[in-house]
Amino acid sequence: MAQTRLDRNEQINGWAFVMPALVLLGIFMIYPILWSLWMSFQVGRGNSFSFGGFANIQRLANDALLVQALLNTGFFFVVQVPIMIILALLFAVALNDATLRFRGLFRTLIFLPCVTSLIAYSSLFKSMFSGDGIVNQTLMSLHLISAPLPWLTDPFWAKIVIVLAITWRWTGYNMIFYLAALQNVDKSIYEAARIDGIPAWARFWHITVPMLKPVILFTTILSTIGTLQLFDEVNNITQGGPGNGTMTLSLYIYNLTFRMMPSFGYSATVSWVIVAIVAVLSVIQFAFARDRRRPS
Amino acid sequence: MNLYLLRRAGVYLFLSVAAFVSVFPFIWMALGATNRSADIVTGKLSVGSNLLVNFQSLMAQVDLVRVFGNSFFIAIVSTILTLAVSSLAGYGFEIFRSRVRERIFQLLLLLLSIPFAALMVPLFVMISRVQLTNTFTAVILPSIASIFIVFYFRQATKAFPADLRDAARVDGLKEWQIFLFVYLPTMRSTYAAATIIVFMGAWNNYLWPLIVLQTPENKTITLVISTLTAAYTPDYGVILLTTVLATLPTLVIFFVLQRQFVQGMLGAVK
Repeated sequence: MAQTRLDRNEQINGWAFVMPALVLLGIFMIYPILWSLWMSFQVGRGNSFSFGGFANIQRLANDALLVQALLNTGFFFVVQVPIMIILALLFAVALNDATLRFRGLFRTLIFLPCVTSLIAYSSLFKSMFSGDGIVNQTLMSLHLISAPLPWLTDPFWAKIVIVLAITWRWTGYNMIFYLAALQNVDKSIYEAARIDGIPAWARFWHITVPMLKPVILFTTILSTIGTLQLFDEVNNITQGGPGNGTMTLSLYIYNLTFRMMPSFGYSATVSWVIVAIVAVLSVIQFAFARDRRRPS
Repeated sequence: MNLYLLRRAGVYLFLSVAAFVSVFPFIWMALGATNRSADIVTGKLSVGSNLLVNFQSLMAQVDLVRVFGNSFFIAIVSTILTLAVSSLAGYGFEIFRSRVRERIFQLLLLLLSIPFAALMVPLFVMISRVQLTNTFTAVILPSIASIFIVFYFRQATKAFPADLRDAARVDGLKEWQIFLFVYLPTMRSTYAAATIIVFMGAWNNYLWPLIVLQTPENKTITLVISTLTAAYTPDYGVILLTTVLATLPTLVIFFVLQRQFVQGMLGAVK
């Protein structure tokens, strides 16, 4: 079918609008990605590279620090993401109630942590959770603990501090997505359910959660990516310590590249481990979302 | 007692605790900026008289005007360029339909899940080959094309009425004129929400500036905070004062654009 002039014009205009973004993404994303793929087969330190075949992949298998970083990142993912998503959902549902007073105030206050920089709030948390810091002082004066907890000097408690810190910073951000999505849900569905005598928790599980599924999926994927990229907080609060107890994949890659003897090839290989994990988790999350939609 | 009232009270208690937990670090930070390091460590929770001393001590270590200037320059230029490029793309992706473009969009979605750590090393090598290390250009350029913001604008553009565009075409407006004079003013709240997200991201960015900015006179405020925190004997009064200063601009932007922000997010998840 012959293209009309209007159609062709529209095509040209369309490409012109999209082009700046595509060119930039090509230069600063696609090209580095391909380069990094090539790099991951190079061995050598500093600026002297040579093709190493699968040497880097073999090195992965014997890298205890990488295993540690994977386990830590897995811990943050499994513990923190569900807590944050559920909290954000509860806040959003509570704040979506039009009869609730001070809605705007609560919403603003709970969102407020998102305006702080990762570095600023990391410094805050580092100070608050230091051995004789305000958190230990408060817990002791409330007689909840008898001796200060080793928040930053024990690998387990250091992980808990990181979990608390991320939850504080990001829950309000996720809440905003849910709040916005809830505004689009037809109120009459809730009315009908209420009249049928369906209790609040059942309305939450069987109406709200399924309705918000696309947004929940979206925020879960963003949080997954965020967790796998975790760097600023651990670099600033614990430097990955104590004893690599909070070492994350991104911090490990940074250390491999810029702190230890530069080993660009191997750090590129490690970064592909993250890509692989993100890909697998995204597929699982999409599959889960699709599967749950079917029965109804 | 009435079950409804009890539940109501529960909701208020839950939200109040959450609000308190959210706000407490801010209060603690603001109070801390006025206290001596030793008092902060022992958990003093009242206004102190050390603000000026902290300020002088900070000024002695850091060229504040310069550091703030750097941060503002990077954040403002990044925000303007990102909004321009991403909204053009978001509009283009939504208004003009083509099968190839759908494929490209799917590719972008895939790229969204590639973490920065995977790009960091080649990007750094690229930047140093073209001798842009230690420049603001090196900080700004890679951040302009944000897939997330393109995605966001495309979603929001779905709410832009096609009739409006068709009417403008009939009136003889060129496509770029429609974009500038019809689309842009209608999508104000979308731009406002994007401004908050992009400005905060650029202002708070840490890892990439840490890699490319090397000399003290090019440092941004986030880099300065991390240097202060990493000191062997951290001066908490100075650190907290710096975090207050670093948080103020994003706080102001948020409060100024807050109403449009929520509307803009609403448009994007429809």
